[in-house]
Amino acid sequence: MIEARGLTKRYGDTVAVDNLSFSVAPGKITGFLGPNGAGKTTTMRLILGLDRPSGGTVTVNGKPFAELAYPMREVGALLDAKAVHGGRSAYNHLLCLAQTNGLPPRRVAEVLALVGLSEVERKRSKGFSLGMGQRLGIAAALLGDPAILMFDEPVNGLDPEGILWIRNLMKALAAEGRTVFVSSHLMSEMENTADHLLVIGRGRLIADCTVAEFIAANSRQSVRVRTPHPEMLARVVMGAGGTVRDDGDGLMVLQGLSVSQVGDLAFDNSVRLHELAPAQASLEQAFMELTASSVQFHAGVPGGPGVPGGPGGSGGAERQPAIAGEVV
Amino acid sequence: MATTTAPVGRGAQHALPAVRGRAGFAGTLRSELTKIRSVRSTYWSLIAMAVVTIGLGALFCFGKAQSFSHLPPGAQAHAAANSIGQSTEMSLFGLILGQLIIAVLGALTITAEYTTGMIRTSMTVMPRRSTWLAAKAVVFGGVAMVTGMVTAFASYFIGQAILSSQHINSTIGQPGVLRAVVGGGLFLTACGLLSFGLGAMLRHSAGAIAASIGVLFVAYVLGQFLPADWADHVDKWIPFNAGAAIWENVSAPNMLRPWTGFAVLCGYAAVVLVGGLILFLRRDA
Repeated sequence: MIEARGLTKRYGDTVAVDNLSFSVAPGKITGFLGPNGAGKTTTMRLILGLDRPSGGTVTVNGKPFAELAYPMREVGALLDAKAVHGGRSAYNHLLCLAQTNGLPPRRVAEVLALVGLSEVERKRSKGFSLGMGQRLGIAAALLGDPAILMFDEPVNGLDPEGILWIRNLMKALAAEGRTVFVSSHLMSEMENTADHLLVIGRGRLIADCTVAEFIAANSRQSVRVRTPHPEMLARVVMGAGGTVRDDGDGLMVLQGLSVSQVGDLAFDNSVRLHELAPAQASLEQAFMELTASSVQFHAGVPGGPGVPGGPGGSGGAERQPAIAGEVV
Repeated sequence: MATTTAPVGRGAQHALPAVRGRAGFAGTLRSELTKIRSVRSTYWSLIAMAVVTIGLGALFCFGKAQSFSHLPPGAQAHAAANSIGQSTEMSLFGLILGQLIIAVLGALTITAEYTTGMIRTSMTVMPRRSTWLAAKAVVFGGVAMVTGMVTAFASYFIGQAILSSQHINSTIGQPGVLRAVVGGGLFLTACGLLSFGLGAMLRHSAGAIAASIGVLFVAYVLGQFLPADWADHVDKWIPFNAGAAIWENVSAPNMLRPWTGFAVLCGYAAVVLVGGLILFLRRDA
């Protein structure tokens, strides 16, 4: 259980984390979402006692992190896979960490096998690929067999195979009853893994709910239709109070009406339809609508956040996989 | 790399052993020992320190033996009478460069945590910062002490072996000689710890090394240029001069007594270490 109360961190005039209060419940994956620069990493550093808060408190299992008897047995964290001495072998890196918390050397061998690095355990980590470095960081987090795991942007820069591996790992860890607190700026990633969401923008908490609630509350249901008579359909839909976006080629995205209402309207007005389907709003869209005003620096992505009707209702996760990633 | 499709967080055949109390100094000490022995720069620095210190001392002794052999017999007798103290000091004179190399290792021991980013990992496994810094200082101090002693004794015996060709060597049993040689090892340890403290304060390798060289070496060189009436009062307090009093077999008239001088050097090191600790506790990691 991680609990923050009024947590604030200022760097000079910049407020990185602004009066955050939340709790991370045990036994599930909590996604910590926000655009780059929203304060996710700073919040995690505050939880781990790396940074001193300017105000408020944060506790892990009821105590400040530094007061935990055996920190590694309670919390495993991967903030930055590059936070290792590259001249040290993977084995010695993990050994020196294990020794601080009285963990036996055989545990080092176990976690190396678990992340698939046994064969390179005597190699210096400076020669490791990004994916191997990430595995080493995860091995370090798992050393103490902790009930709470924290990962900061764990899939950043990984290839699809590495992403899948991390995703499965997080699910397995949560299935074992562990608390997983994972940050990301990629909504599509959280949609696939998280149970619960904490969304922040500019250091402030803007949502604390389940993934389903988040989507339901933050994006409008839309209907996707294809018709050889777009003008006719647009007229009747607008007459019934819906809104229309014409994507060309007879493809339209309608909002404000249900799928059956659209189907009935078309039948009643003899408009021929070639396609009629509900368009599930993705987490990506919901996130972008919510954080559009809190993105620190707008990059002016055409059709990106803040442009009305831009992301549309056409299953954005696949079609616009990384728009949030472009808003730096 | 093969995709592990069924990862299991525990991955353990056996449960972890039960623990009582809390993670503390003993485990952190073991951890820091693992750290210092598992990077190559430790070995390079220590070997360089030993080679430079011993080599420079041997070179001085060789020169001395050569020039002695060319003196007229009357002058030889006079020089031999003064040789016990000088011989000891001469064989240890490589410490003037050896101190700088141990200072580099002292600074790197702490600054490498920052330059590599390891500090963030270290602090999330042992967040009790004073415990961590103390363990790190003890491990480095211990390594510096052991290698420093070995270096000082090797310098002494090799130097005396060279001087013995002209029978102007000292022996370890003569007054003050053992203190001087042991003092050489202690001197290296104190210089290393002073630099470690500067590393904790400055956090950057280049800055910390430059600051150490400034304190240990440049201050000494500048002291040589002071007007005589100033020098009499100032020179003895310069870190190198104060610390070197312990390995100089005969104290120069304007310098501090051996143990007094060494205590002054330790005082400087302590001030820097405490300063480093205070900053370390206050700052974000």
